[in-house]
Amino acid sequence: MATSVIGTEEISVPATPSAGSLLRSRRSRSAALWGLFFIGPQLLGLLVFSVIPVGWAMILSFMEWGGLGDRTFVGLANYRETFQSSEFRGALSHTILFTAISVPGSVIVSLLIALLVNNVRFKTIYRLIFFLPTVTSSVAISLVWLWALNGDFGLINTYLRSWFGADPPNWLIERDLVVPIIALVSIWASIGFNMVIFLAGLQSISPSYHEAAQIDGASRARQFFNITLPLLSPTVFFVTIISLIGAFQIFDLVYVMTDGGPGNASSTMVHYIYETAFVDFSFGLSAAVAMVLFAIILLVTLFQFWGQRRWVHYDD
Amino acid sequence: MASTPVFPTQTERGTYRSSRKVQARVLEGVTHVILILGALTMIVPFLWMISTSLKDFGQVFIIPPSWIPNPIQWGNYPDSLNALPFARAYWNSTYIAVVVVASQLLTCSMAGYAFARIPFPFRNQLFIVFLATLMIPQQVTIIPTFIIMRNLGLIDNHLSLIIPSALFNAFGVFLLRQFIMGLPQELEESAVLDGANRLRIYWQIILPLIKAPLAALGIFSFLGQWNNLFTANIFLSSPDNYTVPLLLNQFKGLYITDWTLMMAAATIAVVPVLLVYLVGQRYIIEGVALTGIKR
Repeated sequence: MATSVIGTEEISVPATPSAGSLLRSRRSRSAALWGLFFIGPQLLGLLVFSVIPVGWAMILSFMEWGGLGDRTFVGLANYRETFQSSEFRGALSHTILFTAISVPGSVIVSLLIALLVNNVRFKTIYRLIFFLPTVTSSVAISLVWLWALNGDFGLINTYLRSWFGADPPNWLIERDLVVPIIALVSIWASIGFNMVIFLAGLQSISPSYHEAAQIDGASRARQFFNITLPLLSPTVFFVTIISLIGAFQIFDLVYVMTDGGPGNASSTMVHYIYETAFVDFSFGLSAAVAMVLFAIILLVTLFQFWGQRRWVHYDD
Repeated sequence: MASTPVFPTQTERGTYRSSRKVQARVLEGVTHVILILGALTMIVPFLWMISTSLKDFGQVFIIPPSWIPNPIQWGNYPDSLNALPFARAYWNSTYIAVVVVASQLLTCSMAGYAFARIPFPFRNQLFIVFLATLMIPQQVTIIPTFIIMRNLGLIDNHLSLIIPSALFNAFGVFLLRQFIMGLPQELEESAVLDGANRLRIYWQIILPLIKAPLAALGIFSFLGQWNNLFTANIFLSSPDNYTVPLLLNQFKGLYITDWTLMMAAATIAVVPVLLVYLVGQRYIIEGVALTGIKR
């Protein structure tokens, strides 16, 4: 493959008077060929696994199709059905509740831990430990917490009973508790990754700022709010965006821990998309829900980018 | 009699300094207490998992729970391994992740090099398209991808997981392009004068200079592949083809009440990965940090 591209570059020697322009056009043609060669594989992937599927999903969202047989164009019916279905509204509100707990929780806790870890001995050991869940598969994490949260013999309830004499509920079977509990597990699992990003951000802050502030007699609190936080704000912004997008796509923990239950009390948007497409085989309806999810993620992200002007400081 | 000192005396300055020192000590002590509590929260569930995996069924229900099983029930491990094809799943997960990572490193670095260095037509527009796809959630493309794979006859075939990931990773393209943009151009210019073509420049000059981001991207996408449940669950259907997360999930469906076997299975799925992590933790953590900085 490579040799043919190299070959085309060496075609024909310029002999006409306009040798300069010919040389230029030959050079740009060679750049085009080399460019195509180097981006070729990823360009193919982009088209086949992203651009075409997005267009296809959009078209599917206006159709009724079970995956086989006839496709019928149904206009906006899938979207109407989506917004009218109580299952979708439940999934949407659970996803929002999950996001509202897990994103601020994870960003704040991991930022605090990064700040504590940053200036302390045994930093690498702490970092190692907090990062453990990041390298653990989410299915294993779900199983471990499923057992730890078990109502009768789980670690948490056993100790709540024997240490505090409490009468704890069976966490994952309570309709009002199940989503917040899964959000807490998700915070637990994501602290390490976010902390590592925050630590990298903290290290990129030049120590000269803090030294200058120290000489001026600024307190630790003032140093944090006037130096550390503004200089770290691009990292906070980055972590928040990544966490938000991830939270709206929560699936693994829900699928393994509760499969949306009890009832539909913990079903989320992606869980609903999965069920409609690959359990009920309503591809059209599922595509419509996926487009709604896409729109929500897009809006939330754009809103964040719009809002960042107020609080994110770029140091250049 | 007492003179009023304008400057603090030696002893006063000394106590001031030592009180600052005590303050710093206390502060560090408090920090360690908080961090140790946090670290315990991270480790205890894993210890609980291992402890349960070594108990016999009766010991699970003892209250308060004993952390060290007596007697130690090693038999849960062979029982778990025999219940479902774990060795097979390990092999499947490993080779899928390795093939995907290797192909991604090649295709992403090629595209990153082209976007950074070759002035081909529509370069910027195309790059914006790549960036825009970062916003698209996987759930939007999954149904058409499923249909494409079904038409290719690749359902329940590992290629359905390998091909899309191997050929497309917009984040990887973006990451490597950023790093290549940051390299000084002099090296390439002198190579051009020596008559090297772009393939040689890419292979002999660019690739050795981006080893660190390549390693970072490799670690990042390995973790993603290794933990992938969503698409594996959709594309694979026979247990012999299952990856570790998928098999573990199936295990849960079959043995939900037998916590000792379940935790043995979870330990089998987790511990080898944790060992690799312990050995390579510096590179893994710094790799992840690197992908975070170069957004």
